[in-house]
Amino acid sequence: MPETQPNQIRDAIQQAIAEHEVILFMKGTPEAPACGFSARTVAALQALHAQFAAVDVLPDPRIREELSAISQWPTIPQLFVGGELIGGCDIVLEMFESGELAQTLGLPDASDSADDGAAVETPVASGLAQPENLLG
Amino acid sequence: MPDADEIKQRIEAAIPGATAEVEDWTGGGDHFRATVTAPAFAGCSRIEQHRLVYDVFGAEIGGRIHALSLKTQGPQAQSPTR
Repeated sequence: MPETQPNQIRDAIQQAIAEHEVILFMKGTPEAPACGFSARTVAALQALHAQFAAVDVLPDPRIREELSAISQWPTIPQLFVGGELIGGCDIVLEMFESGELAQTLGLPDASDSADDGAAVETPVASGLAQPENLLG
Repeated sequence: MPDADEIKQRIEAAIPGATAEVEDWTGGGDHFRATVTAPAFAGCSRIEQHRLVYDVFGAEIGGRIHALSLKTQGPQAQSPTR
């Protein structure tokens, strides 16, 4: 029997979710989103100047498979706050517009701060950003 | 290739009392946008409401249906009858 590699990926994802108060699983990076839905979600977080970790799911399809198995959510992006799935692009944007997102993140509403330049945490260094590290 | 009508009918068939408005977002038959109203959503969080709809399509989401953008609302938000 080959070793069950997916569990290592699953463990790394769970660890990343546990270690980061705000973490976004997305296609591409905050600087270069590879999908419109990911781009819009990043834009909402940046409009609130939210600090968030980001994981690109594209380098290895297993990241996405395992993430969806954990979260019971089929699509990307997925935003987690405090270890809980907040939602995908639709929910995050709805919450952004209603002010709930700022509330959830404990941040002032977007209207309070007009300047650009959100602080983006460097991508997760736990190894998810380089999935080959997990594949031994 | 799924069309908006198929998506609508499947949502309405699977979720009791649901009404769905579905549009083909790009015209390409793989990006859809749906607004779903259902009594079954009462008491469910937004996450749970979206999951109920995603569950109708299972693995087709992300596959055959590349994207299904959702807006869900409970029965109290239903537009008044004319």
